[in-house]
Amino acid sequence: MEPTTTQRPTYYEELRRKGYSRRDFMKFCTMIAAYMGLEASGTAQVANALMQHPRVPVIWLHFQECTCCSESFIRSSHPMVADIILDKISLDYTETLMAASGHQAEAAMRKTMEEHDGEYVLCVEGSVPVYEDGVYCCIGGRSAIDILEETAAGAKAVIGWGSCACNGCIQAAKPNPTGATPIHQLIKGKPLIKVPGCPPIGEVMAGVLVHLVTFGRIPELDRIGRPKAFYSKRVHDSCYRRPYYDAGLFVESFDDENAQKGYCLYKVGCKGPTTYNACGVTKWNNGTSYPIQSGHGCIGCSEANFWDNGASFYTRIPTFPGFGIESNADTVGKVAAGATAVGLAIHATAATLRGKKKGAQMETEGQANAAELD
Amino acid sequence: MKTTSFRRVYVWELPVRLFHWINALCITVLCITGYLIANPPAILSAAEASNSFWFGTNRFIHFATAYVFLFNLVFRFYWSFVGNKYANWRNFFSFNRRFFRRIARVLKLDILLLDGQADAAVGHNALAGLSYFVLFLASLVMIFTGFGMYADMSTWWLPQLFAWVPGAAGGDYLLREIHHATMWLIIVFVLIHLYLVFFHDRRDGLGETSSMISGYKFVEEEAFPEARQKKLEQTNAD
Ligand code: HEM
Ligand code: SF4
Repeated sequence: MEPTTTQRPTYYEELRRKGYSRRDFMKFCTMIAAYMGLEASGTAQVANALMQHPRVPVIWLHFQECTCCSESFIRSSHPMVADIILDKISLDYTETLMAASGHQAEAAMRKTMEEHDGEYVLCVEGSVPVYEDGVYCCIGGRSAIDILEETAAGAKAVIGWGSCACNGCIQAAKPNPTGATPIHQLIKGKPLIKVPGCPPIGEVMAGVLVHLVTFGRIPELDRIGRPKAFYSKRVHDSCYRRPYYDAGLFVESFDDENAQKGYCLYKVGCKGPTTYNACGVTKWNNGTSYPIQSGHGCIGCSEANFWDNGASFYTRIPTFPGFGIESNADTVGKVAAGATAVGLAIHATAATLRGKKKGAQMETEGQANAAELD
Repeated sequence: MKTTSFRRVYVWELPVRLFHWINALCITVLCITGYLIANPPAILSAAEASNSFWFGTNRFIHFATAYVFLFNLVFRFYWSFVGNKYANWRNFFSFNRRFFRRIARVLKLDILLLDGQADAAVGHNALAGLSYFVLFLASLVMIFTGFGMYADMSTWWLPQLFAWVPGAAGGDYLLREIHHATMWLIIVFVLIHLYLVFFHDRRDGLGETSSMISGYKFVEEEAFPEARQKKLEQTNAD
């Protein structure tokens, strides 16, 4: 991002002031560049950017959500990540972590919006309820939708953290009583990055922010607005259990021998084959593990509608809409095929009976013709 | 006793017959491999995973067959513009009054088994034409959802043409469900199709089944213009 008029300290200056050594700083740059999928020279780019660019002001809003995105973020593997963004270095306003409260906090936000109009990055955690004029989520006496519209207007870019902001997550599941709406449906005409997941991986969140700072523009996005560096592959395509899938070796139930052997979790409901995320590569909690590694199938938390998609977390084929809890496409299909077979059998019987006369006539004719050949 | 004499009519050209059987084979293979993808059998095996790849092979067969299925269908689409009149697209897609009247006649005679004037179709009867149009649509659904899911596993430009499908459909998950459910639609089509072929062949004795092998159907002498002319003259003379 270009230096701004009011000269603020750079990220590097702030970090040194907090007591990080240059070595710590370079280690951080190397790690984050690797997570971002940059080539080796990317480390220098990241380092340069963080040394030269003043901090980017960030307004981080919390709407209908559980704060798991923030939790994930502050636990991303390098403490510097949290320090860069959260520890007052960059974060001008966030309800859950700022020291200020009440009017003071609102004033801080207003100040950032005025001083850095068109420069600040707006991060949104949570969906926005739109029913009843948005009364289901109010902060400081104003509705979420109001706040969002106002803050988005002066933002340089908007980041939707987590499935709530990107696709509505559980609040938007049927029957969606509050009209929970993902932010891309409410904000138009701003660069918008979707970082779905419940929560998204901390390193992925950090990677997106560092990309913004390093290159001054939003990362390359896929067709539905997610950063390609993290969401271009299915969990299934980077899963370490994949060889078992290809070998056709599956866990049949969570207490069987196959589960012990670590076979593929496809048949106990793993949604890895339909879920785009970086879990298999980046993993969680400092690269310790991820759901599949700890023996539970992927629940598809970064996919739209993962609550409503039909299958439970423990079955693979979804229940077929309108046909009861236990019926999936196969049950419905088998019944349909069976009914068809019965219908055809009835038709065959009726046709035989109705066609008796004509059939007999054809038969006599045919026999007579055969006789003539002698 | 006098039997009507028949004339041999070349109805299904060789390309149409080839299309038909390749398509039938592809659908069979795709249904079997697809069903296995959805419901893999339980195997308790002590073998090392590295020595075994049957599920991968099964998927490979599914995808390879999918390409054949696609190209075959594209070819048939082309042929519906250059082939003979029985192969023409109008047999499947001409929703005018006459078409619906013909459908009603087929419904009455062949499905409800009532008496009445037979529909003089030599190629597809109107209802059959409509059912093939439905099959064509189902095939398109399979191709769009299938290649939509497949695009991500491939670097070739052709599957990439379908890379927009998952986003437009709201995720891979729904695609898979549609893909899966449409398989059953196709299976039901196949059941009815097979039955009706046997039904017609048995009732009418005109070589319905073998026509897709030899290309010929047998049409009664009376159906040809000269015969009709002669009959007309005779009635006039009476
Ligand atoms: C008659 C046509 C077809 C039938 C009956 C069929 C059937 C199926 C079925 C039942 C499944 C399993 C779905 C599930 O897990 O719920 C499947 C999966 C799949 N099919 Fe098809 N399919 C057909 C055509 C195609 C075509 C044209 C493609 C294009 C490439 C395709 C690509 C796929 C893919 C990518 C999967 C997912 C496999 C995986 O990720 O392991 N299919 N198919
Ligand atoms: S455990 Fe899940 S993601 Fe991993 S290979 Fe099996 S189905 Fe795919």
